[in-house]
Amino acid sequence: MMITLTVNGERVTRHVEPRRHLIDFLRLDLGLTGSHAGCEHGVCGACTVRVDGEIVRGCLVLAASLDGAEVTTIEGLTDSGEVADLQDQFVARNAAQCGFCTPGMVMAAADILAHHADADRAAIREHLAGNYCRCTGYQAIVEAVAATLSERAIHTSADAGRGDRTREARR
Amino acid sequence: MNEIPTPASIGLSREDLPNSYIGRSVPRPSLPKLVQGRATYTDDVVLPRMLHAAFLRSPHAHARILAIRIEAALAVPGVVRVFTGADLAKVCDPWVAVLDHLKGMKSAPQHPLPLDRATWQGEAVVAVLADTRAAAEDGVAAIEVDWDPLPAQTDMETALDAGTVVIHPELGDNLVFTRTATKGDVDAAFAAAHKVVEATFVTGRHTGVTLEPRSIIADYNRADGMLTVHQATQAPHMMQNVFAKHLRLEESQVRVICKDVGGSFGIKVHVYPDEVAVAAMARVLGRPVKFIADRFESFASDIHARDHRIKARMAVNADGTIIGFDVDDLTGIGPYSVYPRTSAMEGNQVVNLVGGPYDFAHYRCTTRVVLQNKAPTCQYRAVGHPIATAVTEGLVEMAARELGMDALDLRRRNMIRDDAYPFTSPPGMRFEGLSHHASLDKLLEMVPVARIRADQAEQRAIGVHRGLGFAAFIELTNPSPFMYGIGGARISAQDGCTVRMDPDGSVVASSGVTEQGQGTEAILAQIVAHGVGVPVERVKIITGDTLNTPYGGGTWACRGAGIGGEAALQSALALKAQILEVAGAMLQAAPESLDIVMGHITDRASGAQRMSLHELGRIVYFRGDTLPRDLPRELVQTRHFITKEYPFAFTNGIQACWAEVDTDTGMVKLLEHWVVEDCGRVVNPLLVDEQVRGGVVQGLGGALYEHCVYDERGNLLTTTMADYLVPMSAEMPDIHVGHVETPTKESLLGAKGAGEAGTAGAPGALMNAINDALAPLGARVLEQPFTPARILAALGRI
Amino acid sequence: MKWPALGYLRASSLDELWRALGDGAQILAGGQTLLATLAFRLSEPGTLVDITRIPELRGISVTGGVLRVGALTRHAELGRDALVARHAPLLTQAVPHIAHPAIRNRGTIGGSLAYADPAAELPACAVALDATLVLAREGGERRVKATDFFTGLLTTALEPGEIIAAVEFPLAGPSQRAVILEVARRSGDYAMAGLAAVLDLGADGRVTAPRLTFFGVGDGPVLATRANAALEGRALDAAAIAAAQAALDADLDPPADLHGPPAMKRHLCRVLLGRALQSLTPATEQAA
Repeated sequence: MMITLTVNGERVTRHVEPRRHLIDFLRLDLGLTGSHAGCEHGVCGACTVRVDGEIVRGCLVLAASLDGAEVTTIEGLTDSGEVADLQDQFVARNAAQCGFCTPGMVMAAADILAHHADADRAAIREHLAGNYCRCTGYQAIVEAVAATLSERAIHTSADAGRGDRTREARR
Repeated sequence: MNEIPTPASIGLSREDLPNSYIGRSVPRPSLPKLVQGRATYTDDVVLPRMLHAAFLRSPHAHARILAIRIEAALAVPGVVRVFTGADLAKVCDPWVAVLDHLKGMKSAPQHPLPLDRATWQGEAVVAVLADTRAAAEDGVAAIEVDWDPLPAQTDMETALDAGTVVIHPELGDNLVFTRTATKGDVDAAFAAAHKVVEATFVTGRHTGVTLEPRSIIADYNRADGMLTVHQATQAPHMMQNVFAKHLRLEESQVRVICKDVGGSFGIKVHVYPDEVAVAAMARVLGRPVKFIADRFESFASDIHARDHRIKARMAVNADGTIIGFDVDDLTGIGPYSVYPRTSAMEGNQVVNLVGGPYDFAHYRCTTRVVLQNKAPTCQYRAVGHPIATAVTEGLVEMAARELGMDALDLRRRNMIRDDAYPFTSPPGMRFEGLSHHASLDKLLEMVPVARIRADQAEQRAIGVHRGLGFAAFIELTNPSPFMYGIGGARISAQDGCTVRMDPDGSVVASSGVTEQGQGTEAILAQIVAHGVGVPVERVKIITGDTLNTPYGGGTWACRGAGIGGEAALQSALALKAQILEVAGAMLQAAPESLDIVMGHITDRASGAQRMSLHELGRIVYFRGDTLPRDLPRELVQTRHFITKEYPFAFTNGIQACWAEVDTDTGMVKLLEHWVVEDCGRVVNPLLVDEQVRGGVVQGLGGALYEHCVYDERGNLLTTTMADYLVPMSAEMPDIHVGHVETPTKESLLGAKGAGEAGTAGAPGALMNAINDALAPLGARVLEQPFTPARILAALGRI
Repeated sequence: MKWPALGYLRASSLDELWRALGDGAQILAGGQTLLATLAFRLSEPGTLVDITRIPELRGISVTGGVLRVGALTRHAELGRDALVARHAPLLTQAVPHIAHPAIRNRGTIGGSLAYADPAAELPACAVALDATLVLAREGGERRVKATDFFTGLLTTALEPGEIIAAVEFPLAGPSQRAVILEVARRSGDYAMAGLAAVLDLGADGRVTAPRLTFFGVGDGPVLATRANAALEGRALDAAAIAAAQAALDADLDPPADLHGPPAMKRHLCRVLLGRALQSLTPATEQAA
């Protein structure tokens, strides 16, 4: 069947087999290989992407059901600059080793930044508890998220009353 | 030896030596691509005319294959070809996974797909190739196999009994390997001992669960006779040899390319029959074939590990002196020893490592390695170490309890003295230099033991049971040919590095070790930058391509930094000397009066910049006519490195675990964890620390959650990530990491391995913490994983 | 594994849905269970009929003296809805226990109840809160008590051609006390044993209408009728808790699973019962 949707801000129209899940659609049909299939039964979190602004498991979404939807992947999130500071913290703190979980982890962490600005370390660990990382001990990831949150908090309070600041300006 | 200048070694600050990168926390150059989703894993590679493989896998633990009907599969839209074991046997020779130095070892020939019998549930039996993976799976579903189910051998305790199922009748019995190490007179010493503590430990069969599953694309090009294999592997050159040997090609006809790898931990250093089948099918068809294991296949066909039952005794004197160990290890490895490293190594390591940190006189340890109709086991992160450590440290804390001694005092009394090296352990391991006492001291600077003990007492009074447990360990790294090569396996213990300078003054290094995410490329870049004298950003690293890197062993057994790193350092220093010779000719100065600092030729005495490498490159490459006619001007150097004095570079460390046991639910809450490890020279603390933490978490996973559960008929019950539990962020503790550095004198770099230390010690430390919490209640647990059911049973609550 | 071949239809209204529901059709709501199981290739899924864009199945409201939660309400919406927090606080408490954020963003209450996993939180909450399920079919609807809806392992009272349209919860009165507790190996895992406990605690400190409902320990939510009876009318003190624990054993017939034997589940249920009731005990009693 034909679907038309927005992926990373670009409109795409494709024929999809109903049996295609979103991650295969992104990887195989659109060449967006940043999202990974780690278990394909909804447990590992490597396929975490945004649909209509909320994080979902890409392996538990039918591509065919997304006609008219808005999908954001790690590629789009990166290009937008929305989490450039978080990505810098991941690099600075070695919060990725093999990197296979990392795009999903960044998507899940971005959800914390977007919705839970006051998350402490325990809340960060809890929010990321559906994203499996075999390499790190999770600690560097937690610290990268915590550091990003606190830097944003400092900038937000510093920026108060100084009008709009673009996200890029935070970097 | 070990005289590479680092800022600390010559009393300078980092600012004084700007391109001194060894020992510095430099972010990994490859991380931006990982956090942006721009890495290239094997599944991201798409080749023209590529087919996708799926396998029909045995639903039975043990069954004769009576007939395979493939007609319906061939009729499935998209299906191109179906291969059976008989089809592949025509083009692929079987293997037998034994090593000559493991005396008496035996195993049966194994084909890529079995000919007439399946021997574990999940064994690949028929391959279907189609234009998509989904279509290939449709084809698999359409195949009919007539099975004749056979009795399965699933209990290792009965594997050697008379009348049991002998999995390979031609072998005579199910015993693959046995070895006993002895020293002193165990029977007499134990009879005379003040006290003997004794226990049976069980470590649960578990597996690696790399987030990227096993992945391979094989492409045989008839036009040039080359088999190109893209593979997520730790050992490209080993795989090159295996593919060539068994597909009847020359090694030079096989190229193995390994791009980004999504975690390995030993899972990706073995020869898997289904992957060989992929290469064989590509060879037959002359086109690329991709196979990416799905998660269910991973659980059933990735190697498993740690399926051991260990009966162990330790004898002590009244003053806490350890007299000796007496250990009986039994391990079930599945129906075949895994090629080419064999499945006898884990048991063998238990024999080598029990009692490792201690100086004692009497030792007897036997391992028996037996066959089972379960997934094959083989080397997985920290091979044998967590088993030996849990046994040793479990006994140490038991003995301390029985003697009424502090377990740390008992350890200190028995640990090999830091000035006692070189030292040979009772099972014959030779230690060049370890730091047990310094590491324990360092750990006690980090762990607030007095505060923890006070809290423990306070909490106990209100019914909260917390425990503090320790585990000291040794770790085997930087293996020499004594590990595999001596046994006849073409697994290289040496490794090479080629370093060149390009016209713009940048440096490219290609290395035989590989990157699996641990940061191998980052440390190689640091070492090369340090050695040549350039900013680290000016160094590019090439790994994972047999056609473009020096021959080497790859990355396993913690050899990347120690072996690959030294080769990189030596080749970098050689390139530096070469550059200085050219620079000397250009500047009419003695080469020894010059240096290279941050990409510039400098005057060694004054530090004044004389010329950029960029300018030197311009002249060498484009105006060679202006240089003296006979001046050597090859700005490229290769060095290979192999350890010489010691079969292995042993490292050591100690961990502490602080945990709370809910005695009503049996749940264990991890409160805090500490590690001190000595991996010799730390090249990049940032990388080592998080790698140690990852290792700890992997060890904690095995101790708390991870378990490949089979029923008595050999059916695997934990086939999904909802049933096989891995450690996730919410339950894992903060982990503090400290270092003691005892560089190996085998190399200039002095680096030993670090990747397995966390995993080696964590299960033992956690076990001791749980048992410290349970001790006042008269309970203890020795069988991993330490599940709520086991803890409640130990407490007599159920 | 890749999903087997399947059909896909989207219904934009109930009328379209009735037309689409034929032989071999399966309802697709949030898909967080159904799509995960497709990867096992255990069955031929036929045609999936996507109901997520049917407006009649959405929305949370208080009407006719009940809290009506549309079947398509996603777990995340349930967890942050103010009406739910006010009128059925047990549900608000339950949501963080359900899997992980990305799952909660997709999974729906209707899907969870229809799948009827015995270890799932929402079926137990529905029973504990004495909810009523509104089941719609072509040309009509019927109401079924949650207690009667769950009929066995992964089976419900849903007839072919019928869907869950909404769930109606009685409004929590000021004396309602509710708590959900579970023992799960890791955060977000299905519970080894769980308890959704709802009761009224009168001004006299006496318990009325207790509905202790266990999950993960049977073939569906287990309303502990004997334990409830042991509590009815009693002051919530240590003796009452002990009596309920003693009575509980006869309410349970747990299966063994990968986590442990039936005896472990029985034990965990007793522990949860004690902890839940302890947490609902007035502070003065706790001090005593």
